[in-house]
Amino acid sequence: MNTGIKKVYGYLARFETATALYKAAGKVRDKGFKKWDSYSSFPIHGMDDAMGLGRSRLPFFVFFGGATGLFTAIALQFGTQVYLYPTVVQAKPVNLFTIPAYFPVMFELTVLLSAFTTLFGMLALSQLPRFNHPLFESKQFARATDDGFFIAIEARDPRFNREQTKEFLEEIGGTDIELVEEQL
Amino acid sequence: MASEATTTQTANADVKRPKLEVLEREELILNNRSLAWITDRVCGIVENRMPLLWWLIFIPSAIIALVGVGGGLTYLVSTGVGVWGNNNSLMWGWPIVNFVFWIGIGHAGTLISAILFLTRQNWRTSINRAAEAMTIFAVCCAGIFPAFHVGRVWMAWFLAPIPNANAIWQNFKSPLLWDVFAVSTYFTVSLIFWYIGMVPDLASIRDRAKNKIRKFAYGALALGWRGGNRQWRHYEMAYLLLAALSTPLVLSVHTIVSFDFATSVVPGWHTTIFPPYFVAGAIFGGFAMVLTLMIPVRKLFGLEDLITMKHIDNMAKIIAFTGCLVGYAYLMELFIAWYGQNKFEWDAFAKRIGANEDSPYAWAYYCMMFCNVVSPQFFWFKWCRQNLWVVMGVAMLVNIGMWFERFVIIVTTLARMWLPGDWQYYHPSAVDIMTFVGTIGMFLALFMLFLRFLPCINIAEVKWTLRSSNVHHDELEHAKEEAGAQSFEAEGKAIDKKHA
Repeated sequence: MNTGIKKVYGYLARFETATALYKAAGKVRDKGFKKWDSYSSFPIHGMDDAMGLGRSRLPFFVFFGGATGLFTAIALQFGTQVYLYPTVVQAKPVNLFTIPAYFPVMFELTVLLSAFTTLFGMLALSQLPRFNHPLFESKQFARATDDGFFIAIEARDPRFNREQTKEFLEEIGGTDIELVEEQL
Repeated sequence: MASEATTTQTANADVKRPKLEVLEREELILNNRSLAWITDRVCGIVENRMPLLWWLIFIPSAIIALVGVGGGLTYLVSTGVGVWGNNNSLMWGWPIVNFVFWIGIGHAGTLISAILFLTRQNWRTSINRAAEAMTIFAVCCAGIFPAFHVGRVWMAWFLAPIPNANAIWQNFKSPLLWDVFAVSTYFTVSLIFWYIGMVPDLASIRDRAKNKIRKFAYGALALGWRGGNRQWRHYEMAYLLLAALSTPLVLSVHTIVSFDFATSVVPGWHTTIFPPYFVAGAIFGGFAMVLTLMIPVRKLFGLEDLITMKHIDNMAKIIAFTGCLVGYAYLMELFIAWYGQNKFEWDAFAKRIGANEDSPYAWAYYCMMFCNVVSPQFFWFKWCRQNLWVVMGVAMLVNIGMWFERFVIIVTTLARMWLPGDWQYYHPSAVDIMTFVGTIGMFLALFMLFLRFLPCINIAEVKWTLRSSNVHHDELEHAKEEAGAQSFEAEGKAIDKKHA
């Protein structure tokens, strides 16, 4: 539904090269902006530092995913083989000493649940899937997945100012500066 | 060390030698291709009509898959598993040979995407996507065989960890059950890895899409990816974690497959060398399959600048190396069989290699030896690694040889087991052949569909390997210039930076 009302998302500025984007990102960080992002078609090494971002928290979640997998495997195997229905095959013991035979499944389930946590954790942390986004309103933004390098500073950043932010983006070398508005 | 070198250089300054000699890394992408060119070339494959050759491969493969796998298995299920050539002594026969063959093929994909990622081999970026696709399809083909080999396929759910009708649980001490967990985990993790890697490239296709259906389909698959660094940092961490998870996983899968053999008390199988030997063989066979697929693909879609002779050269070297490992394993198991003085073990090997008057399968052993151990030796020579016909020929021989390896292990052993009354010569049935050829068709047809609909080269990562993508590249070049450096190629040729 198109209400005809527009809301400012923020400014989008384009940069020519990865190096230009990297240098500009450092300046945006130093200026104290918080709600902004730099866009490129490939991950740029060193960009996390240039943007003042720390290490991703993903491994923390994955550890618990893996631990869940491991304990599931232990419970599944000991529970069924020792308590629920001990099957004596090839005269192998039915007690805790059977543990080496359970290593392969423990390993596999640890890996399986870690991988699922990695997938869903990554999606959750990067707020995906999200099919619609104000930035997609910008025509030039299609180049972000091709050969374009962009910085977008959002209007909800407390330092955002319609004139000053534009001037600032020009100052740090941005071209094709565009005020991105989303349709409400 | 460094200061010492500098002093020597300064002393010789009057001889007009450069102050600093720099050995440049070889370019992975040729002809200074731009970012836009890379996107255009790879997405173009998905957007344009397929060349005639694509149809000439896809249609017959699809028909073979339908008749072979579809028809063959329908007949098998409606009649009974007896239509395969398996019998009481040769209970594994072709189905398990094919299972191990296909599952092994997949391993090169994971090696390229995970192990070469962890070891920072950047040349992997041009081939990892297609190799991962190959992994997925190979595991699909592999899965068919054990599922139907259980006899009554509608009872295959007995393999899942749920109690059956009599409340009996699976035997978790059995390597066959480990195999169920290993293969299904491997398939799932490979699929996740493949998909996560593809998301940014699917977004590239989405942003170039002209019509609604395409925009919707690729838009849905790309999950709304925008390429912001706040996404990339989690993405890169996810990729690293998956690589770190897949590396031990891929080694575990073929190790566990080899446990199916090694934990049994059967001469010729009960050996500790099996896990490393199977893993080396799997990587060896998988790389041969990657070459078999990628050499025609790069020609067909004009990807010579992305998949260069350097890539082919590297893969050929890996084949030569793993071929030697496999050859070592063959000879070592033979030596130990003789040296170990176990009468039955040696007897099994003597029958295998033709050293016994009753050795009906010696032909298969020497076929395997020639394809897997002799043919990769061509790759010691640079000329052979640079000649695509030779590379393709060797890769084909290795594909055949790796199938024979599994045939030798399974059939020669089971045909001469403990009871001489059971001894026989194994013949595959027509349905056996149909199913196997059908899986080859299925594999090729799926790979063709992959080329048609998904980005076959990892666009984002290839862009990442370009020199200009390194944000410190300009500083580095500037510093070299300041120092009066002279750059050299690997071959010793000087590079003229000003004209480049």
